[in-house]
Amino acid sequence: MRLTYLLKRLAVMIPVFFFVVTLVFFMIRFAPGGPFSSEKSVSPAILKNLEMKYHMDEPLVRQYLRYLKDLLKGDLGPSFKHANRTVNEIIAEALPVSVELGLLALMWALVIGITSGGLAALKPNSPFDYIPMTFSLLGICFPTFVVGPILVLIFGVWLEWLPVAGWDTWADRVLPSLTLGFAYAAYISRLTRGGLMEMRVQDFIRTARAKGLTETQILTQHALKGGLLPVISYLGPALAGIITGALVTETIFNIPGLGRFFIESAVNRDYTVVMGTALLYFSLIFICNLLVDIVYALLDPRVKYV
Amino acid sequence: MSELSTAVPSSQGVSLWDDAWARLKKNRLALLAATFLILEVLIFFLAPLIAPHSYEVQDLERTMTGPSWRHWFGTDTLGRDLFARVLYGGRVSLTVGILASMVSAIVGVIYGSISGFLGGRWDNLMMRVVDVLYALPFIFLVIILMVYFGRNFMLLFVALGLTQWLTMARIVRGQVLTLRHKEFIEAATVLGIQRKRIVFRHLIPNTLGPVIVYLTLTVPAVILEEAFLSYLGLGIQAPLASWGTLIKEGVDVLDLAPWMLFFPALFLSATLFSLNFLGDGLRDALDPKGAKD
Amino acid sequence: MIPMTRNRWFISFFVLWNLVAPGPCVHAAVSQVLHLGNGTEPKDLDPQTVTGVPETKIIQSLFEGLVDKDPKSLEPRPGVAESWKVSKDGKVYTFKLRRNAKWSNGDPVTAADFIFSWKRLLDPKTASEYAYQGYYFRGGKNFNTGKTDGSQLGIKSTDPYTLEVTLENPTPYFLSLLYHHSLYPVHQQTVEKYQMRWTRPEHIVSNGAFLLKKWQMNKVIIVERNPTYWDAVNVKLDSVHFHAIEKAETEEKLFQVKKLHATATVPTEKIASWTQNASGVLKRHPYLGTYYYWINVNRPPLNKPQVRKALALAIDREKLVKFVVKGGQAPAESFTPPGTGGFQPQAKLPRDLSRLNEAQALLAQAGFPKGKGFPTIEILYNTSEGHKKIAEAIQQMWSEHLGVKASLYNQEWKVFLDTQHSKNYMISRAGWIADYNDPHTFLELLTTGNGNNHSGWSNLNYDGVLEQVQKEISSKKRLELFQKAEDILLEELPVIPLYIYTRLYLLSPQVQGWYDNVEDIHPLKWVWIQ
Repeated sequence: MRLTYLLKRLAVMIPVFFFVVTLVFFMIRFAPGGPFSSEKSVSPAILKNLEMKYHMDEPLVRQYLRYLKDLLKGDLGPSFKHANRTVNEIIAEALPVSVELGLLALMWALVIGITSGGLAALKPNSPFDYIPMTFSLLGICFPTFVVGPILVLIFGVWLEWLPVAGWDTWADRVLPSLTLGFAYAAYISRLTRGGLMEMRVQDFIRTARAKGLTETQILTQHALKGGLLPVISYLGPALAGIITGALVTETIFNIPGLGRFFIESAVNRDYTVVMGTALLYFSLIFICNLLVDIVYALLDPRVKYV
Repeated sequence: MSELSTAVPSSQGVSLWDDAWARLKKNRLALLAATFLILEVLIFFLAPLIAPHSYEVQDLERTMTGPSWRHWFGTDTLGRDLFARVLYGGRVSLTVGILASMVSAIVGVIYGSISGFLGGRWDNLMMRVVDVLYALPFIFLVIILMVYFGRNFMLLFVALGLTQWLTMARIVRGQVLTLRHKEFIEAATVLGIQRKRIVFRHLIPNTLGPVIVYLTLTVPAVILEEAFLSYLGLGIQAPLASWGTLIKEGVDVLDLAPWMLFFPALFLSATLFSLNFLGDGLRDALDPKGAKD
Repeated sequence: MIPMTRNRWFISFFVLWNLVAPGPCVHAAVSQVLHLGNGTEPKDLDPQTVTGVPETKIIQSLFEGLVDKDPKSLEPRPGVAESWKVSKDGKVYTFKLRRNAKWSNGDPVTAADFIFSWKRLLDPKTASEYAYQGYYFRGGKNFNTGKTDGSQLGIKSTDPYTLEVTLENPTPYFLSLLYHHSLYPVHQQTVEKYQMRWTRPEHIVSNGAFLLKKWQMNKVIIVERNPTYWDAVNVKLDSVHFHAIEKAETEEKLFQVKKLHATATVPTEKIASWTQNASGVLKRHPYLGTYYYWINVNRPPLNKPQVRKALALAIDREKLVKFVVKGGQAPAESFTPPGTGGFQPQAKLPRDLSRLNEAQALLAQAGFPKGKGFPTIEILYNTSEGHKKIAEAIQQMWSEHLGVKASLYNQEWKVFLDTQHSKNYMISRAGWIADYNDPHTFLELLTTGNGNNHSGWSNLNYDGVLEQVQKEISSKKRLELFQKAEDILLEELPVIPLYIYTRLYLLSPQVQGWYDNVEDIHPLKWVWIQ
């Protein structure tokens, strides 16, 4: 039964995919400004040659169909701006970077979020509760691009504990992933606390307490599974947020990830790279949501999927 | 005869609104938030009268000075008064936030009510579409739109609004489904009132409660998104400046003029806090059984 | 290094932690690996097709043309060409190539390589945006515009090591021109075999002081010393890392923590604090470039020369440069930067508001006393904080001094360029950097029909003067003619010059062999680290 659900979800993805492809394709083609404008202006003859090289002289529909055909073969086309690379190559270089950044951010979010939220639930209305909850409010209301530069200033420039930018050593990864994960740690912290607090008043918890288990044991052995359900279902939007938030983080820390390529290619009208990265983002997020739903279904026996 | 000191209960029933209002009044945090927001809106609205300096006049000989009696929040890189800029920036941010939220509300409400009202296969289909669209990171489309079609103000808040209508649609649809089976709707149908009228005159007004709640929660989301776009250089066009623009300018000179980041960020966060608290409070007031976080 | 601001709260921890924390630094014992901030990610490394500065810097380390430049005086000196002769009429150059110049795969560099490369530059199929650099060759323009085929080109070789070049006009700066990357040689077999992918590290073949080792997009391009280079014995650096860093603030921070030896630029707001730092790390020198505003002369009331002049005179350039741009740039008093090719243009524009009365009078003459009735001017600029601030300042000045209102709008680079080309603007920001060290590179911009003339201005007298210049050999006469052109230009003012560029960047004191010059050329062949 779960398998059919999965297949159904994937099946839905396909028409959406094509809808997105078409939408983005025509949207950027109709916009003013082509890929070959530049400071030293190009004579009409040269311009024509450039356009011919990239099939831009063909009618739009023909270009679209040509793109679809290549897409089905898994070929995302050549980059307009980086003449010696294909989009596939660009994505192959940039994707692992972004995935690593995202996973690290997620790790921070979960570790910090769950522990602080759990602590808060364990000792409600104490400093263990108030302090994390205040920080979590800050996290929700301060955007990444405020948190990032502040962290860089404190830890990178003044204290010189951590690098200010780059992606070479393990130390380089700390600040960017922390910056990116911070806002989500905040949310997860609140959700964990909320979920666990709800669990506490459940009957089976009271039974466990009556049986003489310590609060900590109760928390970790019994309440956690149910209490984390809100966190799990939040993971979908959290991952989506991390993926989009990476755009700004990569810019601040000069990380060669997918987000920077997306923005740069949008601004430079590198059509194929924009399409390729946008499609990748959509697919990624779709898959993440699917995975999250599966995990949720596995954890919560109450949920059944038709 | 004993004297009763308690008031005789009135025979009037307590309406949903009165009940909610009473609960809301008890939530001090939410009241505080509401007061703050109202004050803010007033101050921003009266900015032309309050601000001692203009937000655009430059004083090139006094760039990046700290807070002083002359310039309460200091000046920016072109010597403009930061206090005035924060106030006017607030106007812009709040306007974008509210307009975009209204767009999302209008689209969401109409979509959700129709879906809920029609029920059956149509409802199924329409909600399926919502489910699928939920997964899409609209911000990418907004970025593409902003880069390619220029950054005019209307496009901005319409595009931002369209990233948020899905939740609204779901909630409204849920409400409508419940209401559909209430007697007064059935009575209306029996009386032969047109479906369109039922939807617009009877159903929608009764969904207003949750709509307002989620409106208050959508505004901060949109304001943050606009700030995000501004940081990437894609938000409001100069000479208008939103808090997002001011924050961007402040981040660039963080170690030289920290007040340029501090004040807009402070206002932004305080406003977002308040909106969130108010929204939570409203939600609790209207539906006390709902999950508290 | 930076003066302590009042915001350092953690000083007490600083010393302690500095001992404990790892800090990847570059001041290890005289490692000859140079780390440079290089701005945007290069589009490609093909000498004939690239147009940007980041690309140029790397290509100049990988390839070598006929001539090299003296790092201090910028005089042409032998590169691949060992010696050369010029004919009396200045139109025929004969180059003798050195015999020991080799490609990185061992093949010798011959005249045929140059002929192939220059034909490739002009070939319409290459679609090179710098093709016009080849128009100096006889028949170059006709080939590029498709009127003839490549057989009519004025370049030929009598033997593998002799190259004879015939020019359309005597061009005094021709030798200087040969340093431009578009005229560098490329390896024919490699290019033909790999087509668009020939510049990848695994395929590329080059003839310069360095070899392309690694290319990580949006991160770093690494070049290493080339053992087959004919002058390899004089190259001291082991390798150079060109880091692709978009944000000037990030680059500056990396320089502060000593991860970079040099930056590409300096964030405007940090200029002041670096200037106070006396260690000489901030490099500031004049650069052959002008920052100006285009005026669309077909848009009333900008079609009236009095209006244009009024606008030009009502700008306080001193204040602009001092408080807004802040880089020690010079206010522009002419269009051509002083010193270009030995030309010292007369100062026709005021540095400050000393001619404001004249401006106001002109505006009134044109029918807009005190700016009354003047339509709102639109100022267009491409997205950047720097351009925005300048535009805002000028908007303020016109409003305050002339009563003329302006509105600002910005566009992404590509759209911006399109808008300029299609002349859909009223006033637009622009900058022009010299392609070669001669006033012609600036003044030809405004000739009728020049592809980069966005103002729509056309003046036959002006065109005539510049045509004459091309045929002149006497440098005295040429300078006189250039002054004549400037005179016309600054009367008519289809452009409003604002300031002369300064190159501003940070350079670590460890870097040696790096000299300031107006073209910002620092051949890495001569650089080493102390």
